[in-house]
Amino acid sequence: MLRQIEGSQAVARVVAACRPEVVCAYPITPQTHIVEAIGAMVKSGELPGCRFINVESEFSALSVAIGASATGARAYTATASQGLLFMMEALYNAAGLGLPIVMTLANRAVGAPINIWNDHSDAMAARDAGWIQLFARSNQEAADLHAQAFRLAEEVSLPVMVCMDGFILTHAFERVDVATREQIEAFLPPFEPRQVLDPAAPVSIGAMVGPEAFEEVRYLAHARHLDALGVIESVAEEFAEVVGRKSGGLVAPYRTQDAELVVIALGSVLGTIHEVVDEARDRGLRVGALGVTTFRPFPLEAVRDALAGDARLVVLEKAFSSGFGGVLSTDIAMALGGATARLSTVVGGLGGRAITETSLRRVVDDALEGRLGRLEFLDLDRAAVERELAHMAGDRRSGPIAENVLRAIGAGTAGIAGRRA
Amino acid sequence: MTFSQFQVRFHGRGGQGVVTAAELLSVAAFYEGRYSQAFPTFGSERAGAPVAAFCRIAEREIRTRAPIIRPDAVVVGDPTLLHSGDLFAGIGREGYVLVNTSGDLTDLDLDRRLAGLRPERIVALGATELALQHLGRPVPNAVLLGGLAALCGVVGLASVERAIAERFPGPVGTANQRAAAEAYARVARPAELTGASPD
Repeated sequence: MLRQIEGSQAVARVVAACRPEVVCAYPITPQTHIVEAIGAMVKSGELPGCRFINVESEFSALSVAIGASATGARAYTATASQGLLFMMEALYNAAGLGLPIVMTLANRAVGAPINIWNDHSDAMAARDAGWIQLFARSNQEAADLHAQAFRLAEEVSLPVMVCMDGFILTHAFERVDVATREQIEAFLPPFEPRQVLDPAAPVSIGAMVGPEAFEEVRYLAHARHLDALGVIESVAEEFAEVVGRKSGGLVAPYRTQDAELVVIALGSVLGTIHEVVDEARDRGLRVGALGVTTFRPFPLEAVRDALAGDARLVVLEKAFSSGFGGVLSTDIAMALGGATARLSTVVGGLGGRAITETSLRRVVDDALEGRLGRLEFLDLDRAAVERELAHMAGDRRSGPIAENVLRAIGAGTAGIAGRRA
Repeated sequence: MTFSQFQVRFHGRGGQGVVTAAELLSVAAFYEGRYSQAFPTFGSERAGAPVAAFCRIAEREIRTRAPIIRPDAVVVGDPTLLHSGDLFAGIGREGYVLVNTSGDLTDLDLDRRLAGLRPERIVALGATELALQHLGRPVPNAVLLGGLAALCGVVGLASVERAIAERFPGPVGTANQRAAAEAYARVARPAELTGASPD
């Protein structure tokens, strides 16, 4: 049903239409609206057969989901940022045990410094935990991906994390065709677990595994991830047949044919990138974009196919690995056979700093002119950085960096609109 | 009203409902068959803190996620915000400005600050007083929406009323609809209402 709706509400409705049996979550901005809405639906009876379990922490939230999923219940939770990090041990357990839990990650920066706004450092922190990680470009895709996530999780028996940009998507009102209960029923069969704790047929789940078999168990999880690549595509196709629109899949190329430059990214910034691509094309510049929808498992082949040719590549990342550089960039390079001089990493949008069309236009022009370095930071306030470096060099007890930088730029409370470039 | 894209920036303080105003505007535009996108800039939410919210309305799908840098209209929910930063940054000469004040625009130095704009497009509306009258609470968002609809015509009053009713069913919605309608009338036909203002 076509509605003008907040992203969180659209996701809540689709999750409810998937009929989870256990939902447990601990509130954390910017994920809270989603579980609040689901909680209200459980209470009102709109979501029958579901228990909403209040817990005291994110660690418990995912632990409850693990327990529920192991008994054969369809389980869902949601979190963000430090909440995800507080779940870390349970994240590995959910994946290692092969439990098909679905979780929304409302992407938010990880402190310190504390910051409630959007970037992808939370998702990247969980990159190697064994979860399937999907990134939504829009609220339409975020809503659709949740239906696909349950189907995918249960088919391959792995947990799935649907990443949607905090605030930028979760709090945005826009047009979303929310899949109906009937459409979901036609698409998502009842949960048939591969393993289940059932007193009538007792098994134990979670054996201690020593050196004799640990590598084999881990390899099998990897093999399942590789299988998931095909399932992700077929699930997206089947979903498209039921609802009549395409969403999900492995990668999303946009005007990449004949492109001299392809901008690659995860998540909602692709919308802004598409605007800039169209505008560049209008100026006669051969620019395209590639969205990586499935980040784990990483679709090496699909990326390689999408980037065939010798176009320059800019990977725009809302996270990076301190002391190294881009995270997604490394994977893209791997898909292309290793480090390549045609690839630049641009880190931007950290801690909610707005990525404007003006800044992206400059990136495109700089890339085409060969002015882009291997690693760049979008709209970085060089003067502020230099000032603090000098301060630190001149004073052993220079004090806390975050406070110093805030004071130096004259900011009180930080704002999301960021710095005008 | 014809346009390819119309962008509104709302400035207010936490508790005034400017985020809701942007959302309701997007819903009203949706009812009229347009694409629209509303989103807030949140700080750590607390009453009284400066809040900005954005609404884009367009004839085709809106893909950008950037904040609105060049607004076609700026709505100011609290005139005390006029002293903190440039609320009108990026507004063009054809832009619209609606300020919540029962005072005079010249007292706020706006005629000077907005000298390049068309004077008839800069409007003061005592939205908090109207809200108190109709709702008994100083929440001016619906009033401002009614005023904005009259000022720039980007959505009709009926769509604003429908968006309010959908969001706030029952007496709260009805009172807000009445407040929005009165604001619409005051801004649309100020001459007829001269002398009818509460002060």
